[in-house]
Parts: sequence; structure tokens; C-alpha cells
Amino acid sequence: MLRLFPFLFFFVLSLPVFAAEDDVQGESELISLVGQLPSTKLNKLSSLIEQIADTSAPQVRAILEPLMAGDLYYLKANKQVVSVSEDTNNQYQLIDVLSNEALPTVSKSAIKKVRTNNRLRGQIRDLLANLDLTSDQVDVRISALKLLLDKPNKAAITAVNKLIKTEQDSEARDLMSAILLVEQLENGNDAEKLSAAKQLSNRLEPSVKNALVSQLQKIPGSQQGGSLKAELSNAIDDIEQQISVFKLVENLFFGLSLGSVLLLAAIGLAITFGVMGVINMAHGEMMMLGAYTTYVIQQTFPSLIEYSLLMAVPAAFLVSGFVGILIERGVIRFLKGRPLETLLATFGISLILQQLVRTVFSPLNRQVEAPLWMSGSLEINPVLSITYNRLYIIIFSLMVFFSLLMILKRSSLGLHVRAVSQNRDMARALSVKSSWVDAITFGLGSGIAGVAGVALSQLTNVGPNLGQAYIIDSFLVVVFGGVGNLWGTLVAAMTMGTFNKILEPSMGPVLANIIVLVSLVLFIQKRPKGLFPQKGRAAE
Amino acid sequence: MKLKKLIVASSIVATGLMTNFAYAADTIKVGVLHSLSGTMAISETTLKDTVLMMIEDQNANGGLLGKKIEPVVVDPASNWPLFAEKGRELLAKDKVDVIFGSWTSVSRKSVLPVLEELNGLMFYPVQYEGEESSKNVFYTGAAPNQQAIPAVDYLMNDIGAERFVLLGTDYVYPRTTNKILEAYLMANGVKAEDIMINYTPFGHSDWQSIVSDVKRFGSEGKQTAVISTVNGDANIPFYKELGNQGISAEDIPVIAFSVGEEELSGFDTKPLVGHLAAWNYFQSVDTEENAEFIAKWKKYIGDDKRVTNDPMEATYIGFKMWVKAVEKAGTTDVDAVEQAMIGIAVPNLTGGTAVMNSNHHLSKPVLIGEIQEDGQFEVVWETPDTVIGDAWSDFLPSSKNLVADWTSPIKCGNFDITTAKCSGQQF
Repeated sequence: MLRLFPFLFFFVLSLPVFAAEDDVQGESELISLVGQLPSTKLNKLSSLIEQIADTSAPQVRAILEPLMAGDLYYLKANKQVVSVSEDTNNQYQLIDVLSNEALPTVSKSAIKKVRTNNRLRGQIRDLLANLDLTSDQVDVRISALKLLLDKPNKAAITAVNKLIKTEQDSEARDLMSAILLVEQLENGNDAEKLSAAKQLSNRLEPSVKNALVSQLQKIPGSQQGGSLKAELSNAIDDIEQQISVFKLVENLFFGLSLGSVLLLAAIGLAITFGVMGVINMAHGEMMMLGAYTTYVIQQTFPSLIEYSLLMAVPAAFLVSGFVGILIERGVIRFLKGRPLETLLATFGISLILQQLVRTVFSPLNRQVEAPLWMSGSLEINPVLSITYNRLYIIIFSLMVFFSLLMILKRSSLGLHVRAVSQNRDMARALSVKSSWVDAITFGLGSGIAGVAGVALSQLTNVGPNLGQAYIIDSFLVVVFGGVGNLWGTLVAAMTMGTFNKILEPSMGPVLANIIVLVSLVLFIQKRPKGLFPQKGRAAE
Repeated sequence: MKLKKLIVASSIVATGLMTNFAYAADTIKVGVLHSLSGTMAISETTLKDTVLMMIEDQNANGGLLGKKIEPVVVDPASNWPLFAEKGRELLAKDKVDVIFGSWTSVSRKSVLPVLEELNGLMFYPVQYEGEESSKNVFYTGAAPNQQAIPAVDYLMNDIGAERFVLLGTDYVYPRTTNKILEAYLMANGVKAEDIMINYTPFGHSDWQSIVSDVKRFGSEGKQTAVISTVNGDANIPFYKELGNQGISAEDIPVIAFSVGEEELSGFDTKPLVGHLAAWNYFQSVDTEENAEFIAKWKKYIGDDKRVTNDPMEATYIGFKMWVKAVEKAGTTDVDAVEQAMIGIAVPNLTGGTAVMNSNHHLSKPVLIGEIQEDGQFEVVWETPDTVIGDAWSDFLPSSKNLVADWTSPIKCGNFDITTAKCSGQQF
């Protein structure tokens, strides 16, 4: 349509008499084009879509949007093209795309999808972007402009030239001027190119940089390109410098995000292993139980996916905490002071729990859905965007950390826990019920692991092996940070995460992991008690 | 669970004994060598059930050569060396006439020497990296030129991709496949700077940096596509991260070689819609044979939600071919069946016929499908004709002169056409 846009515009303005006739002709053309949709082969569909868009009929959007979303069907009986608006209980509500009339509902067997593929969807997206330029909503206009900056076309540039004069929104106007500057850079004379390069040097969009680079490559090497060449390379240098700064920021964010996952995984262990001294090999399975709790909650309340995680946090805490107390009462308290046997017993428990989950849920991974607010990313600028799920998990891990710290430092339970872990006999002499404190502490550590499982269900697979993937890392973090020290766990997790992510881009994930492990081993050789060792008589 | 297993095991043994008495020497024994426990159990148990279903079906139709077929199921437990041991047990102790089995390349390589030593016969039903042709193995899965190469052609010709990211899990299959693909891309004029290769460990879950690298790599003005040989579990966090970082299938399509219907049944497929997979079979293909097979499978397994996949079709074709070859040879003798196999044709479930070639690989069509919201694939492209499986890749310098031909006069798995010599080292 947009190739004809200026033409049509001209016609409509100057020849109002013929406009009505033109409409009728467009209408009949559209009907015949749409009639071809069901029978056209995939590889011929592209030109048909182009032609449909070119008719510039008002129904174009009603045809292309459902086609892109995979909601465009045709009736098997009479090849009538319809969009499907709702499907409940295998009943499909249909709307005729040409007349916009609702049709009687039908079952799946009566309709067939108009097939598309990636390339067609990309093409439709670009065509719709041209239409979206004049949309009422600012964000629709902006996303259309962003697309156009990537893939400019003649008609759109003409339209942007006009629209920029009336555009109210500053971000949209900014994008429009960028589009025009890129156009000027590509097709203008030398003076225009020079000024465009100057003005574009503060833009981070990849397509701007690509345009500058391709201009620079066009200047023959032998020619003393003079000021234009210098200006182009200046602009590119400027942009690259800014990009490298943001890349560093991005890497730091990735590091913190990996660190926060490690922190979540390790923090429960910092209690059971760090404070109580129990080598708990079933710690990973506590996280697994938390993740499965999330799954069960989503299955029980399928309409509340958006709130499922909020509900899962306390539920997972209770489930894992309860199982933790059972393990402590049933097994661990009989093995006090025998670390080797505790290790073996808890390892056995971890296998039992895994097998239990396999039997109850199936060995296949379960599907935990991500609520909408956890999907997508926050775009800070064209080269730096932060994914919401990682951002929330960083915040969440810090919240868990500080509330745990508060419990240990400020509550009477925390006082008892610290007392028992530092000097059991003395605490008992002062009438602290040490066995009760043990059970509650273990339950607390396990419950926290369950809460970590809720977060992990958003990042990785929920399956029987979920726990095993994290158990080694958890022990590493606790040992690295210094056994019995919560702050040590925080610093250790963040250090390991950041170190790993800084190495990863240049070395690849496998080698980065190995290097982190080797440096940890060397560090522990040098300082066997970790970053922040326990001091005082109790630690001896 | 343990107890349940014990009961199941003892009842299997008991029925095994009883059938032994009933049929005495009048049965043809088929060994099933698929892991029923351990990490690969998820995938391989399905294939064991497929073989058992085919055997039941064949017996209901009068058996083979007037005898009943008797399955012998063993469990190599996802333990690679155990594949060799269990394979030896099947051949030497149970005296099976044929084995259907193996999934990972390493397990196949483990059982291969045993097959050659005891002159057994095995059907291998999974897509693999090629560079092998044994007299004792028939490969009914795809060789690289029946999956990877057509996929790249599709990306270059239909999507218009000019830059490629090769992502893989760090083990034999992805590394060999990527080596072949890299050579193929270079031969097609793709520059080295337009190819990015990255390997991750099994079960990798933190994809942030890699996806962000892919995004940056794809933003340099050329259409970019990702070719993924990422295996199993690691796929879910990978696709999730793609979705979260806003990379859609229209911008940077990902084509996967290890993601099928079975794998997708554990996925939330919303963020995956539009991404691609290349196989020789999709459940969604609308043919009579396929509809019949799916219905039979759902009935046999007793679960209406179970899906079918490509290795199942490969098992189906392999079994049908073996039955035909035995009927043609009139005996189950390995050497006779091996010669009878070559040239046997069996209808594909997706239409057309699969033919066993003299290099022990199949001729099959190649399909490319886009992932849909319901976890099924919609075919967007297929080869006009069947593609002959190539045992030795033409794109690797070390194997480009090698061919496999098990008919006389060559009778060799790795015949060098320049020196006209057979090295005898078939794998």
C-alpha cells in the first residue's frame, strides 16, 4: 500500500469525484486477492500479501494481523476467509475478514489454517509497521519507528518526513530524525553526509552503526576522504566507546544475576551446613520440592498464573521446611557428631526424594509457566536491556538474604540458634531446648531452600534432577565464603557469579567454569576457612 | 518403586520362561537394547515400547516365516560400557537374530565391536553425525546430509541467512556436525567472520551471556540464524532466555536438530513459536499411514496425550524392513539378511517410500517444521525428493574420498575412491 501511498494521497485530494469509484475497484480487487489466500502455496504467498497491502483497503489490518498471529483460517466448505476470535471447548468463533461480520461458531474440523512461516510473518510485520506510523498510540508508533530504523523503505521515509512536523512525543520525534539522518547519510551529498554523521555519533542503535560502517567502507582506501572519512570514523569510535561501556555494565548485571542464583541456592545450606554443621546432601532436593510446589500451585489454580509465584513462596517454605524437620527428627538427630554417616544418610534421602518425585509426577520435566510480569525485558537503551526475570530474582535473593539475617540477628529464635551452634552445652545449661532448636533451624534452612526452588523454577527445568545441578555449587559457595558466616555466603556468591561472567565472553562457558573452580581450589589451599572465617574459641 | 520394579521384573522373567516353553525353538528372537533407566530413559523407553508394539502387531498378523517373534528386552541403564556387555549377552546367551537399540552415538560405538566380533545385526534409529558404516549395523536415522545440510540450505535460500551461529552441547555429535556444517558454509561462500561457534556443558542453564552475544552478532545488518545442536534439558532455559531478551523467530530463527515432539511435551511452547526443527518425520504430517500409526501407538500405550516422533518412525521403518528382508531371504541368518536388506523399500509414514541403500543408510525425505503453540510442528518446507543418506561426509577433508558400499565387489564400509583401497576401519 505504501508504495502507492503518495499517489493515492494525491488522487484522493485532487480528484474526489473518482475516489468513490476507485474504492469500489479496490474493494473488488481485495475480494479476489483474499479469495486466493486458501489456495496459494507458501512460496507464492509473499507477493499475494504485498498485493493485499497495496490495495490500501481499510480491511488490510483485519486480514494481516490475524495472519501474523496464526489466527487466520478458512472454511473448508466454501473457502471463506475468517479470523478466529475465540476458541473454547473446541468451538471456534469466526469473523469474516472482509465484512467484519460474526459467523456461527464451528468446530475445528470445519476450518483450516492459512499457513505462514517466519519470512512471511517478518514481511507482514514490516507492512504493518508502515500502517502503524499513524497510529493513535505513542508506543505503537515508537515500535513501528524502531522497526523502520532497522529496515527502512521509501514510502515510510516519505511519510516520516511529513509526520515529523506534527509529532508531539519527543522519543518518537527522536527516532524519526534518526531515520531521516540515516537516509541522508546514505543518499545525500557530501555535505549532508558530513552533518548526518556528526549528528548520529550519539546514537546507539545497531542499524545506525551499520550505516556508518558501510559508508566508511564505500570510501576507497586510496582516496584521502578528507573530513567526511574522519567524521565517519570519529562517529563510529564514539559509538563503539559507549557500547563497550554498556557491555561492561551488562556483564556486571549478568554476573550479579548468576551470583544471586548461587546465593539463593547456597543460603539455605549456609544455615544447615554453615551454622549447624550438618553435611546435608539432600539440600538440592529441598529446592526441587519448592519448584514442584510451584508446579502444583499452578496446576491447582490455573486461572491465577500471575499470582502463582507469590502464593508459591510461602507454600514452598512450608513444604520444604516440614520435610526438613521430618528429616532432622527422623534421621539426622541420631547421627550427631558423625559427619560421614550424616553425609551418606542424607545422600540416601536425596535419592529417595528424587525417586518419589519420579513416581508421583513422572520422570519427565514439568512445565512451570512464567507469569507475564516475569517475561520480557526492560530496555534501557538499544544496546542494554535487562530481563525482568533476572532482575526480580536479584531483588528476591537479597530480600531472602536480609530477612534471614534479621531472623538470626534480631529474633529470639536466632539468638537460640547462635547460642546452640556456638556452645551447645552452655546453651543447654541456660535452659535452651537444643534439640528443639536443631529441628527448627534445619526446618528454616530447608524452607529457605524451598523458596529458592520457586525462583529456580523460573530459570531452569523443573524435573527430578533439579537439585543435583545446584548442590555442588551451593557447597562451594558456603565453603568459599567461610562456614557459618552469612555475609561470607553473600560475598562469595556474588564474586563467583561476576568472575564467571566476566570470563565467559572470552573463554566460553566450559572453560570459564573450569577456571573458577581451579581458582577456588587454590584459594581454599591458601585460606582453608574461606573468605570470612569464624573467629573465637567456638570456632576452634 | 523398587518393589514395583521387582514385581515387574519377575513377572517379565516368568512370562519369558513360559513363552520359552510354549514356542520352544519355534520363535524368532528380537533383542531390544534401549536404556530403561538413567538419563536416557526418557527418550529410549519410548523406542522400546515402539519395538514391542511392532512385534505384537507382527505376531497378530501371523508372525514371521510361520514362527512367532519373541522380544528379549535388556536394560543397559544409560551406562555406555554396559551397552557392550548387554549386547554380548543378547547375542551369545539369548542368541537373538536381530537387535533394535541404542540412542547416543557413544553407546552405539560401545556395542559396535561386539556386533562385529559375534556377527550380530543391529538397527540404529536415531539421527547421528555420520562418519561410520558397519556391515552389522543399519542406520535408519538421518545422516548429516539428511538433516543438517538441508536445514542450512533452507536457512540460506528461504530465510536469506548470511550469518550463522552454531550452538551445541559439548560432545561428539554437535562437534562433528558443526565441523561438517562449518566446512559446508565456507564452501558456500560464508566468511569465517560470519560464523560463530559456541559449546555449552550438558544441562547448561545460564544462557544470558550467550544469548546476548547472539543478539549482538545478529545486529550487524545481516540476516542471522542459529543452528542448534543443544541437547535435551538445556533447551528450555535457552529458548526462555531468547524470548526474554526479545529475540523473535522472525529476527533470528533457531533451527534445532535435537528438539522433537517428545522433547516439546515438557516445554511451555509459547516463547518458541516460529522456531524451527529439521527431521524426517513430524507427527503433524497428514497421511493415512501416519494417522493409523498414531492411533495404534496411543492405543498400545494407553495414553491419549502421548506423541510420536522421528526416532519412532525410524524404528518403525527399520522393523518393517527387517521383516521384509527376512521374508525375502527365507532365513534370519545375519549374512543373508544383510544382503537381502539392500534395496528393500518400505512406505514412509510421511508419504513416499524409504529405500535401504548399499551403504546401510536410508533414502528419506527431509522436512522442516515450525513450532506451534500446541507443541506440534507445522511443515514449512520439504525436499522435493528423498535424500540418500551419506555415511561419509563430502565436506570433511578426511572423509570426502570415502564411500561405503556393502554390495560386491566392494563390500567395504570405508572404500577410498582415489586409492581404491578398503582400510577395514569402519568407525
